[in-house]
Amino acid sequence: MEANGTKGLLLNEPLIFEKSSEGRVGVEPASFDVPRADAAALIPGGLLRDGLDGFPDLSEIDTVRHYTRLSQWNFGLDSGFYPLGSCTMKYNPKVNEDIAGMTGFTRIHPYQSEDLSQGALEVMYELEAYLAEISGMDAVTLQPSAGAHGELCGLLMIAEYFKSKGRPRTKVIIPDTAHGTNPASSHLAGFKVVPVKSEGKGVLTVEAVKAAIDRETAAVMLTNPNTLGLFESHIKEIADLVHSKGGFLYCDGANLNAIMGIMKLGDLGVDVVQFNLHKTFSTPHGGGGPGSGPVGVRLVLEPYLPVPRIKKAGKKFKLVTDRPKSIGRLKAFYGNFSIMVRAYSYIRRMGGEGLKRASETAILNANYIKERLKGTYQLAFDRPCMHECVFSDKLQQADGVSTMDVAKRLIDYGYHPPTVYFPLVVPGAIMVEPTETESLETMDKFIEAMRAIAQEAKTNPELLKNAPANTRVQRVDETRAAREPVLKWTGVKK
Amino acid sequence: MEFPKDLKYTKEHEWVKVEGNTATVGITDYAQDSLGDVVYVELPPEGGSVTKNEPFGVVESVKAVSDLYSPLSGNVTEVNDAIIDSPEAINEDPYGDAWMIKVEIGSDDDLADLLTADEYQKFIEEEK
Repeated sequence: MEANGTKGLLLNEPLIFEKSSEGRVGVEPASFDVPRADAAALIPGGLLRDGLDGFPDLSEIDTVRHYTRLSQWNFGLDSGFYPLGSCTMKYNPKVNEDIAGMTGFTRIHPYQSEDLSQGALEVMYELEAYLAEISGMDAVTLQPSAGAHGELCGLLMIAEYFKSKGRPRTKVIIPDTAHGTNPASSHLAGFKVVPVKSEGKGVLTVEAVKAAIDRETAAVMLTNPNTLGLFESHIKEIADLVHSKGGFLYCDGANLNAIMGIMKLGDLGVDVVQFNLHKTFSTPHGGGGPGSGPVGVRLVLEPYLPVPRIKKAGKKFKLVTDRPKSIGRLKAFYGNFSIMVRAYSYIRRMGGEGLKRASETAILNANYIKERLKGTYQLAFDRPCMHECVFSDKLQQADGVSTMDVAKRLIDYGYHPPTVYFPLVVPGAIMVEPTETESLETMDKFIEAMRAIAQEAKTNPELLKNAPANTRVQRVDETRAAREPVLKWTGVKK
Repeated sequence: MEFPKDLKYTKEHEWVKVEGNTATVGITDYAQDSLGDVVYVELPPEGGSVTKNEPFGVVESVKAVSDLYSPLSGNVTEVNDAIIDSPEAINEDPYGDAWMIKVEIGSDDDLADLLTADEYQKFIEEEK
């Protein structure tokens, strides 16, 4: 078969410190036209830096080549298929970048007066309203800087709600199919985490929640669709149960990309949800971020939202900070504004119908891959999935080949590997999320590669165990890297 | 894979060795094999207390981070600090050098529901 992966010329590049040549400079500043002053005479000694140890001396072209070469070693969404389950590596349309790059947005300053920031405030106000409509919530804050920060925001509001009623609650119930960050966020918000196991079919049952819930339970925190890519079908009954005990239902919205435009979480009884703009609304991920994790709530929690809030008075927008019940400020200024602009642009361009079609296509694509690889790889749950599907290495174990070997071999074929060994409830998990932005041809080629690798596992397992072979660096020793981490560059080789 | 007959086991894959009033706790051969190379372990302080079925520490491998669940309640009389510096011992000798904590047995009732080697082996066969 024709594979994507091939060899090409990649240039070696040392660490930037190793390229340093004493006295070399990139830019020569213009000579001073004012008298030079002695810094030590003007600034207290404790605040003065002695020197800049190890800072490299480089020309402009050395620096440009350094970073250009490093960038050529990267694999990103713009270079190939990236089916990293749970992460929603959908394509980010370039028009979002154009809009976010408009000077009205890029040349704005957070200390600028309200009068001169009306456009920015309007974008934020409208984005809040769109997210509220998509989720069926009553109010939204855009402040949190990523998904887990949004979780913390939601949980702090829930904690504050019970505190203000004079009867604080201590527990949060979290199923093992929830997003991995949920227990950490709950702990950070001061709650005790009560874990609940999903039943055989990979979803949470009402009985399991019933056995764990009591009047100390502040919230049940689930992820829907859950982290196995399955729809939590009992969510409505679970919502009724938690409400009958006076608690809240928090839904981690990390997988909203499978349901947006089709259904509203508010209709299912959800009280709080966070949105991962960098996943669902096609803004950049990770190192290319920053992220953004707005939070939507029902009216009962609205007074607790972080300040400032954006209000519309007549035709004017203003920032309101005088809100006594608010949990306060969670982020400097107003959140990651330029990311909000990208999400706003995405929503406006897609429209309601477009968002719905994106969800439907994401589900269709995941089910297509699931059906076509079923049997070649063991399917964790043989039932319709949402936006991602989970396999395991069970069928490859007899050949002594593991999930890690399959993942490494996929790199040779030119693909970013899927998520591996997560979710934890599936031993040897291989989690594939194609997203809606991939074509049938791309998925077919990926399926062919996965099948070819399963065949290689039988005929030439060593090929997998030594993979990747086509990369600059072959299999790295992950164990040694974790046991003896080298975290700091320690000196120039002279 | 080994499951020594003189040990008791939990469904969370810990083993317990009872000697007089002291219970020594570690993780099983099956647990270390499923985790893969262990790179980090976190244990409670000596003199602290642990509660049955509650987490008492953390074990991290290149694949995943997992809680360690205490098979019984009681005070921690000894902690195996050596495995903190050499977590690879957990992979190499899970029932010997890589014991984790020693606990003063508070109540024999805590030990009643622990599994025998045969029961544990049967349990993991079903889990697979």
